[in-house]
Amino acid sequence: MPQNRRLTLVQMEAGQTGTVVQILGGLGLTRRLEAFGIRPGMRVTKISSMLLRGPVTLRVGSAQVAIGFGMASRALVQVDIST
Amino acid sequence: MRILLMGNPNVGKSALFSRMTGTRIIASNYPGTTVELTKGYLQLGEGQAEIIDVPGTYTLEATSKAEEVAVEMLKDGDVVIDVVDATNLERNLNLTLQLLERGVPVIVALNMWDDTHHRGINLDVAKLEELLGIPVVPTVGVTGQGVRELVSRLPEARAIESAHSSSDERWARIGNIVSQVQSLSHRHHTWYESLEDASNHPVGGIFIALLVLFATFWFIRFLGEGLIGYVTDPAFEWLWTPLLMKMSLALGSGGFWHDILIGRLINGEIDYFQSFGLLSTGLYIPLAAVLPYIVSFYLALGILEDVGYLPRLAVLMDSAMHRLGLHGYAIIPTILGLGCNVPAVMATRILESRRQRFIAVTLISIGVPCAALQAMIIGLVGQHGVQYVAMVYGSLFVSWVVIGLILNRIVRGFSPELLVEIPPYRLPPWRVVGEKLWLRIHGFIREALPIVLGAVLVVNVLYNLGVFDVIANIAAPVISGLLGLPKETIVALVVGFLRKDVAVGMLAPLALTAKQLVISSTVLAMFFPCVATFVVIARELGARYMLKATGIMIVAALIVGSLQNLIL
Repeated sequence: MPQNRRLTLVQMEAGQTGTVVQILGGLGLTRRLEAFGIRPGMRVTKISSMLLRGPVTLRVGSAQVAIGFGMASRALVQVDIST
Repeated sequence: MRILLMGNPNVGKSALFSRMTGTRIIASNYPGTTVELTKGYLQLGEGQAEIIDVPGTYTLEATSKAEEVAVEMLKDGDVVIDVVDATNLERNLNLTLQLLERGVPVIVALNMWDDTHHRGINLDVAKLEELLGIPVVPTVGVTGQGVRELVSRLPEARAIESAHSSSDERWARIGNIVSQVQSLSHRHHTWYESLEDASNHPVGGIFIALLVLFATFWFIRFLGEGLIGYVTDPAFEWLWTPLLMKMSLALGSGGFWHDILIGRLINGEIDYFQSFGLLSTGLYIPLAAVLPYIVSFYLALGILEDVGYLPRLAVLMDSAMHRLGLHGYAIIPTILGLGCNVPAVMATRILESRRQRFIAVTLISIGVPCAALQAMIIGLVGQHGVQYVAMVYGSLFVSWVVIGLILNRIVRGFSPELLVEIPPYRLPPWRVVGEKLWLRIHGFIREALPIVLGAVLVVNVLYNLGVFDVIANIAAPVISGLLGLPKETIVALVVGFLRKDVAVGMLAPLALTAKQLVISSTVLAMFFPCVATFVVIARELGARYMLKATGIMIVAALIVGSLQNLIL
């Protein structure tokens, strides 16, 4: 069983669920994402990502949020190990 | 007393506002609709209270112009009604707790209450009230359910002592509250949720977008042409023309007043495109040629807005828009611009940086023709064939892309990335769609009709005074030399500053070839915003940026027009 399944939102695959562990960015980025409920400890499910470095769409709680590629590549998620 | 209606974007704040005040306002299923403050009045006991619909914000640490406005407003309010999306409690409570930290009296409207049931969300309202220490009232903005209770409990709103040493502590408290008041039960995937997933799919999404856009354009054209062919044209022809002809006879079929009111007769008949009198062309352009397209465009837009499709389009367009120095969300002001550039320029407030706003505003003024202009282009250029209309649109689109690519390289500054909530698909509340359509039509008639009449009057007077001959002779080298147009076309371009639809109408009597019509329509669309847009750009970006944008427009219009003259 892999111990370290930490992926960025970009690396995650559609359908995977995990827990946000870290935002690799400054206070500005942390605040912006936090306002949408994306912060360490939150459960997120990746819905899709668009082609050509397009945005990543997530489900956070009961809401859907789309995040630009650059920001998505700076959010680190501990992905659930599927059984 | 002044009441502020605050909350996250897209929580039904505007619908609630309209229920509380009885005022007609615009509510849409995407963030950023309320860029200007909407005020209304509410009967409260013996007195009246002012109620303000504040632009939606996720946090009091503002990240865009629209959010800054919200935070500024907070200083002037006596009571805050915090509108919370009951289906998304966790994220919404962040704003609630931030409001409480500011020490303002708050009452919570737990809106979209009806949605909680079919989403399998059970909320313990009494418990939430106890934990927050402020009144909590379940409401449904669209139907008005709970509004009476909300108003009657307004006096109970209070400020409580609340402090969180850090945002971590605040979120911990939110987690604690949510775990105590909310329980989820299993439910089935609804059919429109499957559709939501499909429109988020990278390939399926593009397919759906093409389908939606194609259907939208078909609908707009079908309804617009239908209204013209079966309603407005016959109305003018059968009812208005006979009256005008009688009046023409009474005025002696000619002379100064005849020319001003009825215009010049073409072969003894009134030609609504060419006669150019106040009562002929002046009424025909706004009411018969343009209004049908205003109705069909805004009906289509209103439905797209309220279904919640536009944010999905923003996500799909994101990578493409990045190359223009924007991000996907800029597609929303752009689409608004196809109706009218004025609200489009204001809607650029949803973009985060000044650089993005400057690029977006410049591109909208250059490459996005408003509905009035489009209706006239379709009406006039379309007479020569669809391919010529396509040439105008093609030139505008290519200019939009090329100028965007260039601006992205040369404009300094920073363009933040897309971060946007995607609302669930909802069946549009037809009452809201209808009210919104009425509001926009009314706005068009109120604002456009006087300017059109004014423009026609000014044109007639200046024409009679011979002023246009002077202007035409001065501009002749550019207009004829570069663009290959008769020098009189300059008059239409000048009038374009007042109203672009009237300006296209002025091309009609010039007997232009199809090629010349394409060139003049394109240049007319690009080279200058109309006076209303001009004022709004100056207000939104400042005089310096407005002049820069204008310079780009004039240069771009001349280059594109000359190229068309060479190539076509």
